[in-house]
Amino acid sequence: MTSAITLNDYLIVSGLLFALGIAGVIIRRNALVIYMALEMNLNAANLALIAFSKFNKLVEGQILVFFVIAIAAAEVAVGLAIIVALYRRKQTISVDQLTTMRL
Amino acid sequence: MNHLIYLYGTDWGMGQFPICSVWMILFTPLVAAALITLLTGRQKGLSAALSIGAILISFALSLRLFLLFALKGIQHHPHPIQWLVVGNTVRINFGMTTDALALLMLLVVTGVGSAIHIYSLGYMKGDPGFSRFFACMSLFTFSMLGIVISSNFIQIFIFWELVGVSSYLLIGYWFERPSAADAGNKAFLTTRIGDVGMMLGILLLWSHAHTFEFTELKAKLPTLGLPVGTLALIGALIFAGAVGKSAQVPLHVWLPDAMEGPTPVSALIHAATMVAAGVYMLCRISWLILPSQTALWLIAWIGAITALMAATIAIAQNDIKRILAYSTLSQLGYMVMAVGLGGPTQAMFHLTTHAFFKALLFLGAGSVIIALHHEQDIWKMGGLWKKTPITFWTFLIGTLALAGVPPLSGFYSKDEILLLAIERNPMLFVMAVATAFLTAYYMGREVFVVFFGKPRDYHAYDHAQESPWVMTLPLIFLAALSIVAGWYSKVPDFLGPPHEAQRHSSLLTGGLILVPLFGFLVAAKIYWKAEPSDAPVKVALGNLWTLVENKYYFDELYHWIIQYVQGTIAIVCDVFDRWILQRLGIGGLSVGTGLLGRTVRLLQTGSISGYAFLIGLGVTVIIYYAVVR
Repeated sequence: MTSAITLNDYLIVSGLLFALGIAGVIIRRNALVIYMALEMNLNAANLALIAFSKFNKLVEGQILVFFVIAIAAAEVAVGLAIIVALYRRKQTISVDQLTTMRL
Repeated sequence: MNHLIYLYGTDWGMGQFPICSVWMILFTPLVAAALITLLTGRQKGLSAALSIGAILISFALSLRLFLLFALKGIQHHPHPIQWLVVGNTVRINFGMTTDALALLMLLVVTGVGSAIHIYSLGYMKGDPGFSRFFACMSLFTFSMLGIVISSNFIQIFIFWELVGVSSYLLIGYWFERPSAADAGNKAFLTTRIGDVGMMLGILLLWSHAHTFEFTELKAKLPTLGLPVGTLALIGALIFAGAVGKSAQVPLHVWLPDAMEGPTPVSALIHAATMVAAGVYMLCRISWLILPSQTALWLIAWIGAITALMAATIAIAQNDIKRILAYSTLSQLGYMVMAVGLGGPTQAMFHLTTHAFFKALLFLGAGSVIIALHHEQDIWKMGGLWKKTPITFWTFLIGTLALAGVPPLSGFYSKDEILLLAIERNPMLFVMAVATAFLTAYYMGREVFVVFFGKPRDYHAYDHAQESPWVMTLPLIFLAALSIVAGWYSKVPDFLGPPHEAQRHSSLLTGGLILVPLFGFLVAAKIYWKAEPSDAPVKVALGNLWTLVENKYYFDELYHWIIQYVQGTIAIVCDVFDRWILQRLGIGGLSVGTGLLGRTVRLLQTGSISGYAFLIGLGVTVIIYYAVVR
């Protein structure tokens, strides 16, 4: 018999998703891809929130998720604008080449 | 409104005691000093007139107050002005003491001061700093009068320090001479050592009694029940201030060097004022010292040792003013000893007579110095009695008074102290008599060498002439006072009740007359000849002569102490500062910060991936510790 999906399962998936996001941020060089990996992190957190909300019978978690989605959308707008501006200026969005802050 | 009445006196009639006078006595010299410094510095004559006018006003007012009190017994207790209030406990007044002691001292300070001011007109003639000199003299007079009328410890301490400052200005008056500048520093620093003790004593007393006022303390002291040790410590600490100002052993070294100042300054500092301040202060607070046997013992012995030691040094000095300086030390030792023997009135009596004849001697010496165009070595003088008759006769009167020959004033006051000594402590009496003998001896030596014999420097002798009247007049005035000051033998009674013991044992008094005569005889035997010299005494005393000639090597000892003890401490502090603080402390901190910065800078790679990795790692670690642990 297939046992029911428990909170742990959700959290494991969420953790894996988060780790994947972090790995993407660390490994990838393309700023756009790093951005997508960051979004994955946010959604990993969303998944965890939804899971808690469902298992604890609390609606606040879901409300919080809506907030996260809304803020993520706003953030994407700003972030993409920055990346476009960066590309116009440097002709590249590879973070390896964007090292002006270095000594 | 009440305040104004207190300030200006309730009544201007003779019957009342206008407090205004006391304020005027104190502040007139200060006003003169300020005016000279700020306005009349260019006009020398006007400056001198201001300064002399100020002290004459003070003198006249002091004389009036004194006579009112002495003849009619009118005394007023002026209301003090509240000056400083700190919290609920510290309350400092600016008050005035106008008891017999203060009135007598006011009279001495302003009287002798007036004579010296007028004398300075002649002595300082043509000096480029003429105005500055008179400004300093007025400032000094103000400070000294402030000590006299002080009614509490803080007030007396402030004026005490003012005296120190103005004496520094006067001793170092010829500051272009390094020796004078050094002497000023020496006087200031040496007396400061004593002042620190005095301040500690005042604070210690305050911590028990919670008041600075003399009258309150006097009333409160017996009720406090202080332990004997504390009382002795307070007495000894406050006495330290007097040791510095009155130049007692071991802080006496500044006084002979202070001879670098102009001669009127020597007369002012060594006769009526600065050095007398210590003795006056001891008399003022005698109620504090008298209950403590230990403090009395200490004071008496320091005084006696100073008296005898200074007298022995004086027999081997060659500078006409230095002999007088050591003589002053010796006489101050007498006064301090008298206080230590429980006789502040006797001390005050001697202080008064001493002020007259010692000022006279210094001014006489100044007159000789001027006559010989600033020659101070007694061995280059000689035979001057014909050339400068007024100076000679007044100097002789001063000498006889100092030696204690009746019926001159010194005899009476010294007699009182000696009688007190034989009654209380025979050992000190012996020392005092030995001092009296030596006093007559060294003063005889000075007179015989300076005024008699053949002139040894004919060039100077031929040009020598009597000083102008502005200089001889004060000499005559002081000589007259030196003669008569002792006759008013009620001075001790005036100050307080006479002590019960039998005053005049005629046999003893008769014996004491012989002591100075014997001293003069010995001096005459050795020095009263055409060409006197120290040779016979040198042979007779041997090494002792070398010892006293070098002033018991006190200066060398202090020099050694400063060089080795203070030098060592300075080296240790220097090493600590340079190597521990500067290199390890400050330097270590700066180098460490720099190194840390360099190291941490390596993390600044510019690689976003690296940062992200570190952030992730950090967050993981934090979560691990927060959740799992």
